[in-house]
Parts: sequence; C-alpha cells; structure tokens
Amino acid sequence: MANTMQFDLVSPERSLASLQVESVQIPGADGDMTAMPGHAPTLTSLRPGVVKVQSSEGEKSFVVTRGFAEISADAISVIAEQAHAGSEVTKADLEDVLAAARQAAQDATPEYRDAAEKFVADIVHLMENMD
Amino acid sequence: MPSLKDLKNRIESVKNTRKITKAMQMVAAAKLRRAQDAAEAARPYTERFNAVLGGLAASVGGSDSAPKLLSGTGSDQTHLLVVMTAERGLCGGFNSNIAKLARTKAQELIAAGKTVKIITVGKKGRDAIKRDLGDHFVAHVDLSDVKRVGYGDAQGIAADILTRFDAGEFDVATIFYSKFVNVVSQTPTAQQIIPAAIDAEEDAAGTLYDYEPSEEEILADLLPRGVATQIFAALLENGASEQGARMSAMDNATRNAGDMIDKLTIEFNRSRQAVITNELIEIISGAEAL
Repeated sequence: MANTMQFDLVSPERSLASLQVESVQIPGADGDMTAMPGHAPTLTSLRPGVVKVQSSEGEKSFVVTRGFAEISADAISVIAEQAHAGSEVTKADLEDVLAAARQAAQDATPEYRDAAEKFVADIVHLMENMD
Repeated sequence: MPSLKDLKNRIESVKNTRKITKAMQMVAAAKLRRAQDAAEAARPYTERFNAVLGGLAASVGGSDSAPKLLSGTGSDQTHLLVVMTAERGLCGGFNSNIAKLARTKAQELIAAGKTVKIITVGKKGRDAIKRDLGDHFVAHVDLSDVKRVGYGDAQGIAADILTRFDAGEFDVATIFYSKFVNVVSQTPTAQQIIPAAIDAEEDAAGTLYDYEPSEEEILADLLPRGVATQIFAALLENGASEQGARMSAMDNATRNAGDMIDKLTIEFNRSRQAVITNELIEIISGAEAL
C-alpha cells in the first residue's frame, strides 16, 4: 500500500494546501483523530482546532474553525469555513471569531444554544493552547 | 445649421466622454480579472461541499426525519425571492436582466395566488423592481461599502434568510443572479436554495462512510452552510458578470463615441469649407462689381 495520501485543505475563499502526506491529525467533532493511508472512509464534522499534517517535508499545521473532513483510503479533504496556515494565524484573528461566537451564543434560540456555547468553549481552548 | 463654434464644442465634449468610457472599460477589465480569480479560488470548496452534501442528501433524503431545509415545509405557499444585483449602474443590461427575470417570476407566483416576499441585495435591483413589487420587499442588503465580497458577507445574508425560515416566514427560497459565461454574455439565473435543490447524483462507487457524529447530525450541520455556500458562489458569479457586462458596455460606448466624433468632424469640415466658399464668393462678386 502506498504510504502517502493526497491532502487538500480548502476554504470558501481559497485553497490552502494540496500535497502528499503521511498522516493528518484533525480535530473531529467527537475528538481528535489521526488519519493515515488506508483509513476507513469517514465523514466527520470539525470543531475549532488545529489540523496537523505530517509529510516528507516536515510538519505543517493549520488552524480551522468549523467545517468537515472527508477521509478515504488514499485521500483526505478538509473543507473548512475558515482556515489559516498555522504560522500566519494570530490571536487577534481568533478574538474576532470568538467575539462573534459569543454574540451568536447569546442570541441563539434554546435548541441551538448548547452547540453555540460548545463552539465558544472550543475556541477558548484553542486560544489557550496557542502560546 | 450649427455654427462652427458649436460643432467644435460638441466634438470636444464627445471626446471627453470617450476618455471616461475608455477609462471605465479599463478599470472594469482589471476588476474582472480579480473577480474571476476570486471565483476560481472558491470553486474547489463549492465543488467538494456539493459533492459531500449530495451524497449525504441522497442517503438521508428519503427518510421522514430529513431536515426541513432539505425536504421543505410541505407547502409552497410563501416564496422568498432573493434578488442579487450590482450596487452600480453603467453595466449594460446586467441589472435590468436580473430584475426582469425576478419580476416575471414574481408576477407568475402572484398570479398563481402565492405570497411573495423579496429580499434585495444591491441597490440597482431594488430600484428597478421597486415600482412594481415595492410592497413585497422585506429586507435589503447593502454591499456598497464592500470592496471585495468575502464569505462573511454571504454568511450574513444566509443567516438572515435562515432566521426567517426558522420563524416560518416562507416555504421556498430562490436566488436570482447572473451566471458568468464570458465577457460578452452573462445569463440571468434563478436557483432554488430552500428546500435545497440537490442533484441526487449518487456516488458511482457508492462509498460507505463512517459518520462522526451521526449522518443526520452532519447533514443538519451542513445544510445551513450549504445556503451560505450557494449565496457566496452566486455573489462571486455576479461580481464577475457585473464587471464583464460593464466592460463590454463601456467598450461599445467608446466605439460609439469614436463614430460620433468622426461624423461630427466631417460635418465640421464641411461647414468650414462652406464658410470659406461663401467668403470667396463675396470677395469675387465684390471685385467684379467694381
């Protein structure tokens, strides 16, 4: 079996990465998971977090907020609503997202409030881990 | 017959107009390239998103528990029309074509006894259909301060539409925008976004996925985002179409101004010749009289 797989990271405004990788760690909605070549086909939604990519050129990381990932045996596509390369993201960017999320959590109807508050918590967690 | 001075002024004025239209054409050409790049950059996301959504919808769609965004509310009494046009004019038939399509559709629906609500995006479309359908307006989105449409703008519009949908304000939503074919041709298009019109194109391989969390939860999460994605794609198409339409309109205007200058110049030369001939006749007849 091939020991690399195709990795694509796309956001609505641009395509951020497309390369051959050895493994990818993604922040799934139910917990982090690492996908390697030959992974069972999976579709998962994402929580805000860091996507870590291990390739022959070394490790790269990307910060994503919301979105989903489609994993198959030889390819993985991360389709994120917002994505930044790990090196270029700053806390200031996330502050904006956090403020918007807090507002959304306040305005949310009861049935959506849980999800909105979890989203806020995930972002806070992500920011704490950045330093 | 206009005097020489008048003709000269006309020629000068048309020349100035030509300079302006030429400049507008060049600006539109530069903006068009940027708009096309933006549309190009967004394509992978839209394609993948729709592929995943299509697959999911095909597997869940049949069941009774399918979300309302996919299966509809079960009625089609109230229609929401989202009319997306430009903030600026001087782009040929771009705005009026979209407005015309939306107006025709709205009048058909009204004639069929349906309730019609309209959200306008962009000032020009609003102005164009205000007289006939002004009573049906429920909201307006102003993008005149936005230099480059971002996904955030689309999300804002989508959030507004979804809130209205959740509140039961309408059953079916359709967006009107212009599809960019090439610089000289843009097709006004109506596209239904709620309930989601997904081409139930089954994955050839029919891959069985593991879903995390459940299939239904993912679908429920994706559908609202599908609305934003479709609106974003439409905004980008519209942006490219607008610049394309403006470019060809301004190209025409520049050419027409050139033709007009040629005609006026001939007329100017003729009148000048007539004046000279007249003066000669006067001088000669004066000399002969002596």
